[in-house]
Amino acid sequence: MRFTLNGKPVAVDAPPMKRLLDVLREECGLTGTKEGCGEGECGACTVLLDGAPVNSCLVPVAHAEGAKVTTIEGLRGHDKLQRAFVTEGGAQCGICTPGFVVAASTLPRGASLEAVQEGLAGNLCRCTGYAGIYRAVAAARGGGKSAKKKAKR
Amino acid sequence: MKTAASALHLLRPESPAQALQWMRERAPLQPLAGGTDLYVALNFGTCPARAFLDLSRLGAWRGIKVERDGGLRIGALATFAEIRDHKGVAKALPALCAAAREIGGAQIQNRATIAGNLANASPAADSAPVLLAADAVVELVSVSGVRRVPVAEFFLGYRRTALQPDELIQAVVIPTPPRAGQWYFRKVGTRAANAISKVVFCGVRGPQPRIALGSVGPVPLRARRAEAALAAGEPVETAVAALQQDIAPIDDLRSTAEYRRFVAAGLLRQFWERTASPVRRPVRRR
Amino acid sequence: MASRARAGNVGRSVPRLEGPEKVEGRARYVDDLRFPGMLHGRTIRAPHPCGRLRAVRLGPGGLPLGLVVVGPRDIPGDNVIATIEDDQPALAWGEIRHAEEPVLLLAHADREALWAIPAEVDMIPGTPVFDPLASPRVFKQIRIAKGDAAAALRRAPVVVEGEYRTGAQEHVYIEPQGVIAVPENGGITIHGSLQCPYYVHKALCRLLRLPPDKVRVIQVETGGGFGGKEDYPSVIAGHAALLALKARRPVKMVYDRGEDMRATTKRHPSIVRLRSAFSRDGTLLALEAQVVMDGGAYVTLSPVVLSRGVLHASGPYRCPAVAIEGRAVMTNTPPNGAFRGFGAPQTLFAIEAHMDRCAQQLGIDPVKLREKNAFRPGDVTATGQKLPKDTAALPVLREAVRRSDYHRKRIAWAGTGRGIGLSLFFHGSGFTGAGEVRLASKASLELTPKGVRILVASTEIGQGTRTMLAQIVADTLGWPLSAVEVAPADTGLVPDSGPTVASRTCMIVGGILQKAARELKRKLGRAKPAQYLARHGALVVTGQYEKPAEIQWDEERYRGDAYGTYGWGCDVVELEVDPVTREVRPLKLTAVQEIGKAIHPGLARGQVEGGSAQGLGWALSEEVVMRDGRMANAQLTNYMVPTTKDTPEMDVTILGLGYRHGPFGAKGLGELPMDGPAPAVVNALRHAGFDVREVPATPERLLRCASR
Repeated sequence: MRFTLNGKPVAVDAPPMKRLLDVLREECGLTGTKEGCGEGECGACTVLLDGAPVNSCLVPVAHAEGAKVTTIEGLRGHDKLQRAFVTEGGAQCGICTPGFVVAASTLPRGASLEAVQEGLAGNLCRCTGYAGIYRAVAAARGGGKSAKKKAKR
Repeated sequence: MKTAASALHLLRPESPAQALQWMRERAPLQPLAGGTDLYVALNFGTCPARAFLDLSRLGAWRGIKVERDGGLRIGALATFAEIRDHKGVAKALPALCAAAREIGGAQIQNRATIAGNLANASPAADSAPVLLAADAVVELVSVSGVRRVPVAEFFLGYRRTALQPDELIQAVVIPTPPRAGQWYFRKVGTRAANAISKVVFCGVRGPQPRIALGSVGPVPLRARRAEAALAAGEPVETAVAALQQDIAPIDDLRSTAEYRRFVAAGLLRQFWERTASPVRRPVRRR
Repeated sequence: MASRARAGNVGRSVPRLEGPEKVEGRARYVDDLRFPGMLHGRTIRAPHPCGRLRAVRLGPGGLPLGLVVVGPRDIPGDNVIATIEDDQPALAWGEIRHAEEPVLLLAHADREALWAIPAEVDMIPGTPVFDPLASPRVFKQIRIAKGDAAAALRRAPVVVEGEYRTGAQEHVYIEPQGVIAVPENGGITIHGSLQCPYYVHKALCRLLRLPPDKVRVIQVETGGGFGGKEDYPSVIAGHAALLALKARRPVKMVYDRGEDMRATTKRHPSIVRLRSAFSRDGTLLALEAQVVMDGGAYVTLSPVVLSRGVLHASGPYRCPAVAIEGRAVMTNTPPNGAFRGFGAPQTLFAIEAHMDRCAQQLGIDPVKLREKNAFRPGDVTATGQKLPKDTAALPVLREAVRRSDYHRKRIAWAGTGRGIGLSLFFHGSGFTGAGEVRLASKASLELTPKGVRILVASTEIGQGTRTMLAQIVADTLGWPLSAVEVAPADTGLVPDSGPTVASRTCMIVGGILQKAARELKRKLGRAKPAQYLARHGALVVTGQYEKPAEIQWDEERYRGDAYGTYGWGCDVVELEVDPVTREVRPLKLTAVQEIGKAIHPGLARGQVEGGSAQGLGWALSEEVVMRDGRMANAQLTNYMVPTTKDTPEMDVTILGLGYRHGPFGAKGLGELPMDGPAPAVVNALRHAGFDVREVPATPERLLRCASR
């Protein structure tokens, strides 16, 4: 099985139905991608498959063949976002963080708070209440303001 | 993963013809598209299948086409992300975009396909009520040819469909432009996002009102009695009473029959109230 | 090292020490580690909630070569998980008390082969007890009495009573439980995701019959705990260690989400009955509380959870006559255990939901009723504790009411489907009563050529322990943060600083470290670390907990100073109820919390935001569905923790009145934010027209509760 992993061609010998998650962690030694649930709920295993965030616990490695796979280890050009997760309180225990950072890296710049919430609704965090994550995304990529008119109070 | 991956076989056809031939000759094969349902079962060790047919290389079954008559032809392998972002779908059938947006998070929408949502035949399939209300047709294909089955006849029972063992879904067709009438869609889930539906409701108000629901019976269903009551000009409360005959919700892990009946009735009222004015309202998402 | 650099790390949000590893995917959690020759472990569990175990059969079919099997007879020491009592076996035999109870252990190098082995557990099922009110076995009973509550209730002009229930809650740390046991040096080393290395150490010495120096427990990066990794790691580490010792190879045992949810602890479900007496002007005259906590099948930590529960049961209110009776009882469900708040969220839910009902009945505004009765400095609690100057019930209440514009919204939203409600709460910092004296925690500082190394068993589980302790030490020494490093929480290196629980790490362990740092500074004099080491050799200074003289506690009579001090909080929740679906959408949470001093304001804010979100989940959507004693919704698809779209905007204000025995004035914080959201939610629902007295307040439950 050949694919491009974090910009470099790789060939792995794995059963085609093996989860991409397991191939990355076991065959490729990239343990930054985490397993939180094995059912596509928590997003801790998020990687980019041809640029789109997917849950690698639900992807057979066969579907990575010929594709570009990007993991947290290979995320380039998002140093600012990663630093902001540290300084703004976006990372506490850190187990969900790689998935959040990878998913957040695909959000458009200047996204409204609602767009950020929508884009990250497939990632669960149990430590932060998400507030620190919104601050981190806003600090690194601008936006983060609510697009909704303030509800009449 | 509880299932041993090394014991699983994957056939990877390059063309629909090859896929259909293998479905006939190498049965039983479990078709695999986005894998968002199958892999949950594999991870839990509850998927009985050991041989899979990978549909990912069947380019002909991808894509979404707006037909000249305004209808839509949605390839079996169209993902909910594609449907969600497709301008043609947004114009012709915005309720389907709304449903797509509420299926899991971005990660799921990038992988899950419309055919998978139908073939999996969950009573909670979020796209099904929209397709039911749109009188959509599923194109089933085998080496013997193509069958066109209305979505309303596709679901036979709990997790059972009209698919023959050697058949695959190649497309979902919305034959007529569905814009006549005002649309209403609402998913009531277990939480605000990334949720399984407790009740999904899709209604279109036109000369013949069409109403479809999910999670209120063994299959996604059309509420024919309620539709008839509304078509006959009966008061909405008569239709609400009829709706209770149409549905057969149960208590399960996610909700109660009592709640589902209450919500289904409330959504029918809301549908009728919101579509009362001739001004077309945007599809309500919450 | 620039030892003359100006101090001033405390009170500043410096970057957390382990942050870069986490955001770059370099941080290594237990499942990321591999050891040569490592096997994978699997636990065979009981299928029924009670009965007698007859046999465990593996197969049919040949078993894979190299399979390691461990049963009760393979246990070298005592077959118990040593915590408070010795009732819980590591591997059950004979009597089974709960479904999922471990009965046999397997290990194999090939994980696929391991999980393919069919296993049948043959039991004679018994008759289980699931209703805590019908339980025949009481694990612990506690009574607190002040004045004559019964008499006051008889005489009072207004008496309000009610029953309040809370459900179990699953921790959902995103990293499930996991350890690796490595047999080495004639003993065992555990690498694990855990909160309390010395708890595991103690349990393993007992189980494996090994002397303390042959058991080493190393905490690796831990993906969340919330109390769930306080007690349970002793079980899973015990299992992995038994397998590893028999196999003579390292064994990794990492649960998947389903096993974690079905088999490990939950927050204790509770039933609290309250009766309170008031004068007509709303002065609280007496309170009677009956607290029942469902302990599950074994004692585990239930007595202490109950203790914290009853000690918070009368809420932050002055009351001349109080009678509290609490029981933790057995049911045939997996043992319930520690979860952020540890009994207090349950009883505070009851009293705070009750207070709004009292206000309603008295015709008094809920804020006024609280202002009238809230503790002031110098007031005396139910156990007879005279409250110190940093008692902040009124300041937090007033600030939260002001910030949230509570009064205006309360009027403006009447009848609109929106609601606003608040809760006033407090949380004792550190162990209850004489607990800290018994723990006698130690913490050390070791001089390094560049500065100093902190040696503590307190664990970093996301809350920022390492950073916060380093700030305390750096500022006490007057050194820059870069001069302070923190050793791994490894029982081979660090002294027993007590468990990382009970909101005690900053106040207690931070305090010990501050003392040690002063001592180190004195010894060092004007010498730089490298100079000192060259002249005198190694220097390790160890501090130990010393009880402030004025803290007195009588464990027998439950009288005296239950806690050294308390944190204070007021939460205001604004929400909207969908009239068609009864779905509750929280719009905003305003949290004002007094914690003495925020050593690291950013981390403190993170604790409040995260704890509040967890509290909102418990209040609204997190429901453990039990069927025949088993968790039926043991998946993240069906157990609903809040997503981004379920979590409202949060306005967090941290106040600090200072605590004279805390480092730089700090008190405990971690649990406080968990206490407020649930009662604030039901009080907001009451404002919106729903009389709900149970959480989670799901739409299904709102449909059933009579609309007011």
